Amino acid sequence: MRLERREHRPVYLLVGSPIAAVVSALLLAGILIAIAGAPVLEAYRRILIGAFGSRLSATETLTRATPLILTGLAAATAFRARLWNIGAEGQFYVGAIAVAACGSNMLAGLPGPILIPALLLIGAVAGMVLILIPLWLRLRFSVDEVVTSLLINFIALLFVSMLINGVLKDPMAFGWPQSQSVVDHAMLPKLVARSRLHIGLLIAIVLAVIVHFLQTRTVFGMQSRAAGLSPQGAAFAGVPLTRTLVKVACLSGGLAGLAGAIEVLGVKGYVTTDLSPGFGYSGIVVAMLANLNPLGVVLAALFTATMFVGADGMSRSLAIPTYIADVTVALSLLTMLVALFFTQYRIRR
Amino acid sequence: MTTVLDISRVSKRFGDNLANDDISLSLKEGEIIALLGENGAGKTTLMSILFGHYVPDTGRIVIHGRELPPGRPREAIRAGVGMVHQHFSLAPNLTVIENIMTGTQKLWALRSSTNAARTKLLSISDRFGLKVDPDERLGDLSVGEQQRVELLKALFNDARILILDEPTAVLTNIEAERLFSTLKEMARQGLSVIFISHKLDEVMAAADRIVVLRGGRMVAERLQSETSKAELAELMVGHRVSRPVREPSTPGAVVLKGVGITSRVGGVDRLKSINFQLSEGEVLGIIGVSGNGQAPLAALLSGVLSRTAGDLILFGKNVGNLDVADVVAADIGRIPEDRNKEGAIGEMAIWENVVLERLPAFSRAGMVDRKAGMTFAREIIDAFDVRGGAPRSRTRLLSGGNMQKLILGRNLQQRPRILIAAQPARGLDEGAVAAVHARILEARRQGTAVLLISEDLDEVIALADRIQAIVDGRLSPPVDAGDVDARRLGLMMAGDWSETPTETRHAP
Repeated sequence: MRLERREHRPVYLLVGSPIAAVVSALLLAGILIAIAGAPVLEAYRRILIGAFGSRLSATETLTRATPLILTGLAAATAFRARLWNIGAEGQFYVGAIAVAACGSNMLAGLPGPILIPALLLIGAVAGMVLILIPLWLRLRFSVDEVVTSLLINFIALLFVSMLINGVLKDPMAFGWPQSQSVVDHAMLPKLVARSRLHIGLLIAIVLAVIVHFLQTRTVFGMQSRAAGLSPQGAAFAGVPLTRTLVKVACLSGGLAGLAGAIEVLGVKGYVTTDLSPGFGYSGIVVAMLANLNPLGVVLAALFTATMFVGADGMSRSLAIPTYIADVTVALSLLTMLVALFFTQYRIRR
Repeated sequence: MTTVLDISRVSKRFGDNLANDDISLSLKEGEIIALLGENGAGKTTLMSILFGHYVPDTGRIVIHGRELPPGRPREAIRAGVGMVHQHFSLAPNLTVIENIMTGTQKLWALRSSTNAARTKLLSISDRFGLKVDPDERLGDLSVGEQQRVELLKALFNDARILILDEPTAVLTNIEAERLFSTLKEMARQGLSVIFISHKLDEVMAAADRIVVLRGGRMVAERLQSETSKAELAELMVGHRVSRPVREPSTPGAVVLKGVGITSRVGGVDRLKSINFQLSEGEVLGIIGVSGNGQAPLAALLSGVLSRTAGDLILFGKNVGNLDVADVVAADIGRIPEDRNKEGAIGEMAIWENVVLERLPAFSRAGMVDRKAGMTFAREIIDAFDVRGGAPRSRTRLLSGGNMQKLILGRNLQQRPRILIAAQPARGLDEGAVAAVHARILEARRQGTAVLLISEDLDEVIALADRIQAIVDGRLSPPVDAGDVDARRLGLMMAGDWSETPTETRHAP
């Protein structure tokens, strides 16, 4: 038996492999559910009900998917150019805190239609600034950005923690460490009344389409892909490697910062240190599940959000730990990697 | 003197390529043999067989009267063979003594015998005058010192026969001299040495006997005292100065001229004050043994390397450092040396590879004009007979020859004024080579000025109108391709161009 590189990647494999990956991840997780002593099919039914069974749960799932789409796009754009941005979590937080700072006092006097776009931009720029640190280290000293962008997450989180315990602390929060709230007219309009779902979801989907367009149709997209696939070949063809990498980094960091901004303006209005349950890291999983395709990111984010939101419902009714959601998402990442491998290779005996 | 090593009738074939063809060679105690030959003559293959890295198809190797089992490096080491590779196999993060002891100790030994090893190392280093500090970290040593460590490692393993693969390739002149005096001292003490080289000077200076390989065959064996550089050059290059019939060149205006160009990479001058000029409708061939500056020369003219001194005169205008966009915009076609790493990006579609270097022409307002790109790719595929792919298919699917045709096509389709071709036929099969050569000659006929950088003498002789040799970053004066013979080409490549008359027809 040996592995052989496929000459062509048929379309059915590209579409089928993520589905096969998710199905086998669910089967594998099913074993764990059975071990936990619950009926497997019932458990999955509960997850679906928990995620989409009511108006409330459906909007909740979509609300949860929104930041995941954005951090997923952040990871996907960077990874395509082989820029390993593991720092989406930190970029998310600096985007969030920048918005909270500016939206609560400095710019609070502006009218909503100007204030909201301005704040979104500020969040994106904050994310960009943060990613430029590991990028600069890589370009100047060849420091591996996997390490630096990851470690900067902790610095960013501690920095945010310092601000919300200090200058940005909300005096009305009964001593809880949380930032001052942004003014009411800075909050994103709701998409569905009496729910938490806001127009951030639309923004995220539109951005996914825009990123897809950027990658497939523009000079920037082609150059960044070339730089990722073969830096030497790209350099020979005249692709300005450094400039391309800076642009990719700004796009990636900007999207992650925007995710933080939208989460603040759409859901909470203020920043705490548990604003993100690991959106930045989950974005990496989402991007991989989507095979770095921006449109696939939307679906992958929906799947991930479904698992997380649905698992709560399942856990309540069947007394299974919610961690099953983490396990399933992690398993689906592993099965996806295997599936991706088989889109590239075939087994011959 | 007793014979220590006997290689008899060794042959080795890699696919279609007969790398070693019935080679026999013997080595005596205290003797230094030089294996001389061009790139690809089969020198390294032969030594790798001796050391057990390759299994020969036929033939056998006898050391001290005992036959060596094929393909067993450990047996070769035990029989007293030590090899110093061109690229050292040492760990930069370990100290000298640790490097030398690596592989000599048992895995499960409880105590390491560093002290005994140190004593042995110091006595060896004393005996042969190879000074090193055993506790220095290897990464902190100079290249010459690292090579000394390789030598010491071989001696530490009680080597009686030393094989050195192009030992001076990475050394400075002084280091090389020191190395050869060490080798002579070793021979005086009864060790035997084989070194691989393509440099006539060092072969004449250091070897007792010289074995010349060409195209996998042993073509001559000479005692140092009975031969000359000129004879060796001729033997190495062979009698193959047969130019195919083709129309004479009709050179037009000078389009590219380099005056005193120097280029420094990583603190070393890789090009040293080179002069050349190139006219419309002619092919200028640059010959030379690999690693003598071909790559930086091609990179410089392709717009990916800048120069530190000298003037580049393009179409009569003195120009500054060119980047890729400038070069492409100036109608200079470029065929890179490594088509897989630089020439094309395998995972991208054929049409993308075709337009990537001309994105300004194939885009509007930042958007790639896919339709025009596809059309252009289709044109090239048809005109240059690229088989095995459509514009949308991945470039990796193409065979080497077809990929090269694609690269040629993307450069020639729009009739460039200058073509920089680096090793354009390397690694291709006969048919593809012929196709590539025909295209280059056709471009020349249409008035393109071609700079052909090649290590393949046959190719240069077949295509070039004038020839310059590149040696250690310097360019020889040009000679007319019509009146060169094997001896002169060999001497030019060896850096001895005193006999070379400066060319009269297009003197700079």
